[in-house]
This record gives sequence, structure tokens and C-alpha cells, in this order.
Amino acid sequence: MARIGVFVCHCGENIGRTVDCARVAQALGELPGVAHAADYKYMCSDPGQALVKQAIVEKKLDGVVVAACSPHMHEKTFRRTVSSAGLNPFLCEMANIREHCSWIHEDCEAATVKATDLARFMIEKVKHNVPLQPIRIPITRRALVIGAGISGIQAALDIADGGRDVVLVEKEPSIGGHMSQLSETFPTLDCSQCILTPRMVEVYQHPRIKLYSYSEVDAVEGYIGSFTVRIRRKARSVDESKCNGCGECQKVCPNRKIPSEFDVGLGKRSAIYVPFPQAVPNIPVIDRENCALYKGRARGAKKQACGRCAEACGRQAIDYDQQDSFVTEKVGAIIVATGYQLYSIGKQQEAENLKGYGEYGYGRIPDVIDGLQFERLASASGPTSGKILRPSDGKEPKTIAFLQCIGSRDPAKGMEYCSKICCMYVAKHTMLYHHKVHDGKAVVFYMDIRAAGKGYDEFARRAIEESHALYLRGRVSKMYREGDVIKVFGVDTLSGEPVVIDADMVVLATAMRPQPGIEALAQKLSISYDGHGFINEAHPKLRPVETNTAGVFVAGACQSPRDIPDSVAMASATASKVLGLFSAEELEREPLVAHIDPALCVGCFHCERVCAYGAIEHKEIRDKNDNLIKIVAEVNSGVCQGCGTCQATCPSKADELEGFTDQQIYAEINAF
Amino acid sequence: MKIGFFPGCSLHGTGKEYGESLQAITVPLGIELAEIRDWACCGATSAHATNHLLGIALPARTLAQAEEEKHGEVLAPCAACYSRLAAARDEIAHDPTLAQRVNGILGKPFANSVAVLNIVDLLVKMAPVIKQKTTHPLTGMKVASYYGCLLVRPPKVTNCAEFESPQVMEEVVRATGATPVEWPKKLDCCGGGFSLSRSASVVRLGREILENARSAGADVLLVACPMCQSNLDMRQQAMSRRSTKPFDMPILYITQLVGMALGCDSKSLGLGRHFVSTAPATKFMAAASTPAAHTNQPTATKEA
Repeated sequence: MARIGVFVCHCGENIGRTVDCARVAQALGELPGVAHAADYKYMCSDPGQALVKQAIVEKKLDGVVVAACSPHMHEKTFRRTVSSAGLNPFLCEMANIREHCSWIHEDCEAATVKATDLARFMIEKVKHNVPLQPIRIPITRRALVIGAGISGIQAALDIADGGRDVVLVEKEPSIGGHMSQLSETFPTLDCSQCILTPRMVEVYQHPRIKLYSYSEVDAVEGYIGSFTVRIRRKARSVDESKCNGCGECQKVCPNRKIPSEFDVGLGKRSAIYVPFPQAVPNIPVIDRENCALYKGRARGAKKQACGRCAEACGRQAIDYDQQDSFVTEKVGAIIVATGYQLYSIGKQQEAENLKGYGEYGYGRIPDVIDGLQFERLASASGPTSGKILRPSDGKEPKTIAFLQCIGSRDPAKGMEYCSKICCMYVAKHTMLYHHKVHDGKAVVFYMDIRAAGKGYDEFARRAIEESHALYLRGRVSKMYREGDVIKVFGVDTLSGEPVVIDADMVVLATAMRPQPGIEALAQKLSISYDGHGFINEAHPKLRPVETNTAGVFVAGACQSPRDIPDSVAMASATASKVLGLFSAEELEREPLVAHIDPALCVGCFHCERVCAYGAIEHKEIRDKNDNLIKIVAEVNSGVCQGCGTCQATCPSKADELEGFTDQQIYAEINAF
Repeated sequence: MKIGFFPGCSLHGTGKEYGESLQAITVPLGIELAEIRDWACCGATSAHATNHLLGIALPARTLAQAEEEKHGEVLAPCAACYSRLAAARDEIAHDPTLAQRVNGILGKPFANSVAVLNIVDLLVKMAPVIKQKTTHPLTGMKVASYYGCLLVRPPKVTNCAEFESPQVMEEVVRATGATPVEWPKKLDCCGGGFSLSRSASVVRLGREILENARSAGADVLLVACPMCQSNLDMRQQAMSRRSTKPFDMPILYITQLVGMALGCDSKSLGLGRHFVSTAPATKFMAAASTPAAHTNQPTATKEA
């Protein structure tokens, strides 16, 4: 005969108001197998827990049911209590008589009966509970960071400084991300490269960081504590071990007219190039699409079309026949920090739901540029050496119109969210412009000024009051070039007047979007993303840097539009999560996972098809002569999240979820 | 291809050449226009400005008639007619209460199953045919396509994907061999129904449009709306008065341009009905003819 203890909680008035807890306890106490029943005002309080412990010891209980709030709330609390009294924690169950009963009913009599029933079902379940032991998984104490912008760099450095090895993967030839393209940063106007490049060098020289630049994550297998990652190292056509970064190859390259990605098309680069002078690693890459030699090869030319860079290289580092190669790394945790791209307002959009702004003439009018292009114009290392000169004729613009919310907050364009950084960087742009062109006039069309953050609103005010930027609350309907100027047709909604500005240049603060290819990466990692492609966090408030896959974390603008301080804070948060995970040699997790009985399994693998986490593996059953008898499904308990879908699917009843076995569930139903 | 046809009032009146040129191009393009029996006023301007329900019920009556005649699509060449028909269709589809009331007024079953087409919708679909059947490619003619307000807006009614920067008329222009010019004011207001009550505003607006088209290098301005045509054509002389130099900008209907490329004779296209001479346009048509056929008279070349 079972010896079960039942503890009914009043939760102050929360349950006690509608449920007669004393009567519930009394009724339950008379059931067969119940050795003890009590009610108490706050069962989760210290005295309440002491009651549970005392009863377990005195009455020699072999099972506990706490009738109280949702198990989401206090299951852990009571399992810990039970465990401290010497009972296996998985012999404790909770009956939810608050959310499922007292909070939603008014009739005291009916609620009391229902509460008694709910507890009764749990008593029947507990009779079938068995002691379970936590699962221990060994941890590979090494982290993978995907993306080496400021978020990835911060996360990698924090983890490495914390004493754990990091594998850092960057798809571009250099690390640094978008921050390396910025001129100054808000709200302090300190030079972006000056604060970033030391960190880039630190990453490169850190003994605990292994950097794979110009590489991408190709495949990911495994689970928290034990991921196997295949990394594609794209062919640089330059041997990294031989190159010393002298730059001779770039000087002799005949094709020097390629729009530079780093300068967002405003500057030019050669076919063999280093994206920018402070690049890390300072090793060039050959852009095969624009290199005469590869174009010649593609045409099937017999003679080598060019080869000047190889001739110029004193170290024979150029390798025209280099192929993509693959490396495999074992890691215990993964941080996704792939960052953002700017929404291109041109008519050609990469997604169906996105629409362009044909009426703004981007791509047609050379002096209509985006925010990142303005950063390059303002940057000392940019194509104009920091002088604000417009792209069409190199003249200094005397009036610049800045347009905020281009794409952002516009459901018609497919992006209803606020990109968060634009209000601040437009304010910064007007200041930089004012500092460089004293008689220049900045006109800003805005929807709202969203300058929330430390020192942010003060900064935006400075743009208006000290840099004399003219802020007009309204949108621009169209613009076109007339003679030397761009006619900007807008409206000032505060005065209600339409306005026409003759601007020399127009800067569009286009929306932040996740990097292209983020969906494919998310699928490789089994993490979810929203309709825009931003990675979903596990909980928007309480688990902001975790994803729904254990061991995979997210940092920076790939999760939602973020500025540098937010990205860095988030990156450090992921690093602390990873270091916390790595603080133990083994990972302990709840044993509420599925098990498949190999004797019953017929190998239909329905379970494999329904498993959302890829936890089902194939296992060969062999006889003693090593002949294959059958292939059965096996659950990888490190990956299994205990959702129970496989159990519900299994046609041969071979699959059982611990803690929720068929026997337990049927016992509950039968009691009903 | 047989299609329901709703001419509306203007194709019988101020836009007569629009109707004529439309009929003229249907032959070479293989379109059969089946005029909806007993069609009524679309409700533009007066009806929908005074009574919302009447503004919906009037076009609904025509649509119901088209449905009864088993037309899947109805062509409404006038942009205002198109707008009223399409708006009624959209509102009835999204407002069950309104649909019920309209059904009661119509007194016959109406499933709102007829799609409404404007002339550009139709011609852009036929662009490959136009290109193929063009006998007089209008090479060298620079055309400013003027959309005005009702052809592409409101987007939820017209389903025009690029309502801020449309390119559909330009596509038709290309099919005729002419060159579309890109110009910013193609969506601006011509003054519309205020032609008589506020003619000074109409002249001012029209002048800005014409000046913009001229500075973009256009030889002709292309329209698909009788209201735009009459405003820009009839008042062009008045617009010239305050302009730097007088305008001589032919305001062609899109059907006339297509007709010219297809080799329809100028009479059938109603090219003589304009206030502003269409000679700057027809010279391209003449240039496209064989040297033997080249005369000062507009050619009456038969379809090849």
C-alpha cells in the first residue's frame, strides 16, 4: 500500500477564497493509499515546506502531492523540499488548484469538489511514479561564436578572458562588422575604429581564440555540451600561412574599378584586396568574379589571362587553385551574432513581402544615399578622407535632407518594427555634418524622435539646439532631381504645411534587417526566427539571450535592431551564460526525456519525423555473431526536450516519456 | 478575347476619341468588347461625393448586370469609372453589411464576382501582342506616361504593387517602339473635376506637369483618363501664358499611341479631335511608314 502525503495550499486568499482547503484535505485524507493530508496558508513558505519535510520523515511517505499553484511556479521548490527530506524528487507531483480552479471559478462548492478531483488524479499518478536520476552530460568546454562584428568580438573576448577556448567564425575577409565602417559613434562621438580596432587585434592575438575569417558554418550536429560544427573555409586564393600583408599584390592588380563593399559602393577596390587598411587578418582575398584570371578561366581561355599578383608576391602566397576546405570543430555552446544589413530601398527586393521606394530614386539619383554610405563619407578612412562631398560631382552639399523611418514602422513595406538606432544616428549625422560644413543646413524628416537611453535624448537635443538641424515632423512623398538639386517634397505635420526642400544630398535612414541567409543558419542550429528573420529569444524578458535550443545563445542585431551598447551588453550576457555552463564538467539536467524500448521498436521512425529537436537516432541491434537483426530508434537524451510528441506518435507503444508514462496518464484519466 | 465593356459617359462625350481609338485597336489585337446592356452612371464626382450608398450602388448595378451577362472581367477605360467600379467591388467584398444593403437595392442576386480592369491593365497584358503586331514602330518618340490619381490609387483597391513609382504604362510604351521618359510628376494631380469651378488651379497644376514633362524631353504626354486629357489638352493654351515658352505637347490617349504603332489610320484614332495638334506625334508614325507611302497626310496604311 502506497503512503502518500497530500498538502493543500490556501495561497493566502488566492485559493482559500473559493476553495475550502480544509475540506479538500479531509476528503483526500480518507482515500486509500493516502497516509497524511494537511492544509496550510502558504505551503511554499519555510514553515509550509517544513510541514512537508516533517510528514515525509514521521509518516514514512513514499509519494507527495502538493495541491497549490501551477507546477511552472513551484514544482522545483517542492521537489527540492522532498529531496531534502530524503525522498526522490520525482516522487513529488503538483495539482494545480489555483490557475486551473480557484482563479477561474466563483462557486465555492463546485470549486472545492473540482480541487479535490484534481488532487485525486495526481494521487493516482504518483502511485505510479518511479524514482528518477538526473542525466549527466559531459561538456566540451569550448564555444563557437558565429559572426565577428562587435557582438561576436565582445562575446569571444569575454569567454576567452574567462579562460575558455573560443572558435570565432566570420564570413567576410576581415572581422569588425558594420562597426568598422562607422565614422563616430553616438552619444559620445568617439571614433568607431579607434575603439574597435584594438579589440580586433586582441581577438587575433588571443591565445584562446581560434579565428576562421572568410568562413561560414556549413553544418551543425549534436546538442548542448557536445556540438560538432563543420566550417567551410572559403578559398581566399591566398595562403594565409605565407602572406605577410605587404600589399604589393593590390598595387599591381589591373582591375581597380570594383565598387568597394566596405565603402558601400562609394569607393573602389582592386580584384585582390583587403577590405580596409586595419583589416584583421590583414590578408587579401581574390574576388574571383571580378578577377581577370578567373574570368579568363570561366571563358575557357587556354592562356592565363593575368597573374600579376602572383608575380608581385615575394612569398609565393598567391594560390590560384585554392579550393574551399572544411574543418570540423567540437564545441559545447554556440553564440549566434550575425548582425544586420540595411534594407535596400531599390525596387529589387530579396523577399516577396518587401517593397521598394521607387519614388525616392535610390540607385537612380547618385546623391540619394543611405546611412551607412554617409558614415563612409564622414569617416576619416572613407573614400573622401572624411570630407562631406556628394557622390555625383564631388561638391560639398550645403543642404542635406535626412529621412528617417525608411522602411521601418511601415507595414506597407513589410517592416512594421522600429529600427531603434536611426533617430540617434541621424542626430549624429547632422552633428558631424555641422562640424564639417559650418554653413551646411541639415533638414530631418522624422515620425517621432525615439532617443531613449543614457545620454541619448540630450544628444538628440544637441543636434537641434547646437547643430541647428531643422527637424520636421512628417514624411517625404517623393523626390527628384531638377538641375543641380534634389527636390524633396514633404510635409510638416506640426504646421500642417507641405514643404519642398532643395537638397544637395539626401540621406535615407533605412531599416535594419537581419543578414541574408539567417534562416538557413537558424535551421542548421534548430533555433527559431520571426517573420523578418530575426532570431527568437527563449523568453523576451527573462531569457533574452538564450534561444529555444539549449546551448545556443544569441547576441546583437541578429535578434532585433540594436545599437552598439546594447549589442555589447547582450554579447557579454551570452558570454556569462556560456561561462556559467562551462563552470561544471558535466551538465546535469532533468531526466524527463523519452526512452524507446528496443525490444518493442519496429523501426518505423515515425518518432524521427515528428521530433522537432532531432533527438531520434538510429541504433543497430546485432546478435553475438555481429549479424544485424534490426535498426531501432533511440533517443539522444542530451537533445531530447521531453515534449512527448514521439510518445504520442509511436504505433508500437515502445516510446515512453519519463514522468509522463502511459501508465501514469491512464491512472489520472481512470481516476476521473 | 471577349471582355465586358463599360464605356461610361465620357467615351461618348469629351473623350470621344478615346472610345474611337479603343474600338480601332480591338481589331488588330483580337479583343471583342461586349458593351454591358443598360449600364448606368458610375457615380463619379457627384454621386459618391454626396451619398456613399448611392456611390456604391450605382457601379454595383453595372457590375451586377455584367455578372448576369457572365462576364469575368469588365473593362472601364475611363480612370474615374474604373476607380468607382473597383472601389465598389472592394468595399462590397470587405463589408458584409454594405453588401447586404446593396443587394437589397439591386433587387437581384449579385455575387460580386466580376473583376474590373482599367485600360493599362489590359494593354500591359497584351504588350507582347502589341509588340508583335506593331507595323509602325514609333522609334525615337519620347513619351511621358502620366498616371494621375485614380489609375493606381488607392493601392488596396487597384492592387498596384508600385503605386508610388508605377511602370506599367511605360511597358506599353516600349511595346510600341517608343521610348518612355522617366519624370517625377507622373502621379501629380491634374485638377480633375475642378476644371470648371477652379480653372485657375487646374491651369497652375497642369502647367507644372507639362513643364516637367517637357524638361524631361517628352515629345508627347500619354494619358489613360478623359479628365486628365481634357484638362491638359483643352487648357494648354492658358497654361502656355505664364510658361517660359508656349507648349505644343500632344496629349495622347494610350489607345491612340498603340493604334499609331499598329498602323490604324488617324481618323479612326480620332487624332484630329484634339485642341493641341497631334502632329508632333504623328510625324513619328509617318516616319515609320515606307518612303513610298510617306506624304504630308497621315497615312492610312492597312494592317500588314
